[in-house]
Amino acid sequence: MIKLDNVHKVYRTDKVETVALAKINLEVGEGEFVSVMGPSGCGKSTMLNIMGLLDAPSDGAVKIGGEPIQSYRDKHVARIRNETIGFIFQNFHLIPDLRVRDNVALPLLYRKTRTNGERRAVEAALDRVGLSSRMDHFPTQLSGGQQQRVAIARAIIGAPKVLLADEPTGNLDSQMGEEIMGILEKLNGDGATIVMVTHDQRLADRTHRVVRIFDGQQVN
Amino acid sequence: MKLASYLKIAFRVLMRRKFFTLISLFGIAFTMVVLITGVALFENSYSPHRPESRSDRFLTIWRARMTSSEHPGREWSSNPGYKFLDRFARDLPGAENFTIHSEPEQIAVFKDGRKIPMMFKRTDGAFWEVMDFDFLEGGPYSQADEANRNFVAVINEATRDLYFGGQPALGETIEIDGQRFRVAGVVRNVAEYRVFPYADAWAPISTQKTDLYRDRLMGSYYGTVLAESRAAIPGIKQAFKARFKDVPSPRPDRYDIFLSFTDTYLEAWAREFSSWNNWEEDAGVTRMILIAAGLVLLFMLLPAVNLINLNVSRIMERASEIGVRKAFGATSRALTWQFLTENLALTLLGGLAGLVGAWLVLTWINVSGFIPYARLHVNFTVFAAALALSTLFGVLSGVYPAWRMSKTHPATALKGGAR
Repeated sequence: MIKLDNVHKVYRTDKVETVALAKINLEVGEGEFVSVMGPSGCGKSTMLNIMGLLDAPSDGAVKIGGEPIQSYRDKHVARIRNETIGFIFQNFHLIPDLRVRDNVALPLLYRKTRTNGERRAVEAALDRVGLSSRMDHFPTQLSGGQQQRVAIARAIIGAPKVLLADEPTGNLDSQMGEEIMGILEKLNGDGATIVMVTHDQRLADRTHRVVRIFDGQQVN
Repeated sequence: MKLASYLKIAFRVLMRRKFFTLISLFGIAFTMVVLITGVALFENSYSPHRPESRSDRFLTIWRARMTSSEHPGREWSSNPGYKFLDRFARDLPGAENFTIHSEPEQIAVFKDGRKIPMMFKRTDGAFWEVMDFDFLEGGPYSQADEANRNFVAVINEATRDLYFGGQPALGETIEIDGQRFRVAGVVRNVAEYRVFPYADAWAPISTQKTDLYRDRLMGSYYGTVLAESRAAIPGIKQAFKARFKDVPSPRPDRYDIFLSFTDTYLEAWAREFSSWNNWEEDAGVTRMILIAAGLVLLFMLLPAVNLINLNVSRIMERASEIGVRKAFGATSRALTWQFLTENLALTLLGGLAGLVGAWLVLTWINVSGFIPYARLHVNFTVFAAALALSTLFGVLSGVYPAWRMSKTHPATALKGGAR
């Protein structure tokens, strides 16, 4: 489903060159639930950004859903991000000015072909995360756990093949974190491919495989 | 759907930052008030309205000049005189009618020891055929009244109110400039910005105290040609120009070249705008329009730059939103449209406030007497101009911030930064 082939990422300024990722080779199969672990600043999020086409590698190749990414042109990557990938962020990144239902519907806004059943799709996505009663609330009216569930509903509404979660429980207490992990496991059980960055070994142990990164290099 | 979503978030963003919104709206509204008031003044004084409802077919002769071929610096310029207009501007091919009328003269009339200042204009009988005044009482004087030197006058309603205490004035006598006239008609007031028909009282030219005006090529008169159609205007101009060679110089030893124009109202505006010394064949309409457009743009630039700065400062605040939208499939173009739509919504709101503000200013001008007899109003043309100016303002102040926002790198934006 996702393949990183000898991926290299270097950040350059006038004087400094920082290697964020070096020779990363990783393949994530369809339906797999992979966790990525490593100390802060080791390159985990950079790798997730490259998988999600939010950033381009300095060298190496990326394949998403079997499709090699040959161009990082705005329109091209925007389409793949919209149709194939769903993101879940540590800080939820909900738009505070939009109600829950509009936040969840965001990916559908950028679909080339619009469906009439948008409202039903929003209800279904919120139902899957157990939050259909909060459709008309604003994000600030929700708890952290509820906000993350809205973020998950937003990530899954477009039925993407891949979910990329960057420390989805990082800002939540253990009980809320447990709830979110439960939802992710259920989504994986329904067929979603998930890559999750985490610092929590207990959560990583519940995934199919753990990838460890240290100083930009894969160590296992 | 997309537009509704953009407008929804635009409204929420505007409400979230009330102070910013207020400052922005004030800047936009103030700019719009000035521009809309300017457009209204131009529209109300230039466009066909009574008593010049056929002004799109008017050609005005309002300047004349005599120069010397031997002494290029020698020049005599003024309004044309009665004799020139009477002999050389009548019966032009393509003309439906023609009128000669004087510049309005400021005089004072006295009633019960009270001084009433007024503007007094002398016209021929055809003046009332070319112009379509709104008569409240009686009617105009005729060409026969002019030919027979009948002492009849038309006054406006303001003069009737001041001189006759608002009572019916038809058939009454009014003393103007030491002459007694019988009131033949009372017309609705005409605003001062309607330069050619404007006055408080009108009387036949022939009632002047002397006949000297009949011999003058240069003087203080206007000629107005009513063309049969707009298509006839170029022909009339040509025919008028061809008659110059026959104009006899009043001082052959000093002047031998005569020049005058038949200008449309827009050309007259342009000639006036470009200074008294514009004696070119081309009145400079294109130049006037370009300069006016440039001034409008310049006037809009300052608040636009201010709004650009305010908009750019919002980048930092909304960086996360940009990152999220990009992560879920928004292209840079879609984001540009979104932010442009938001800005347009803000400027259209400002435009609306400006329209209300301009209406208040115009109402104040109308009731204050700042411009005598002004009846300025916001009509469809003014509204359309306001809409166009607001949109232009919105695009001007929105394109750069929108473009810059849309180019923000998604990974950087998600971290809360923008570059």
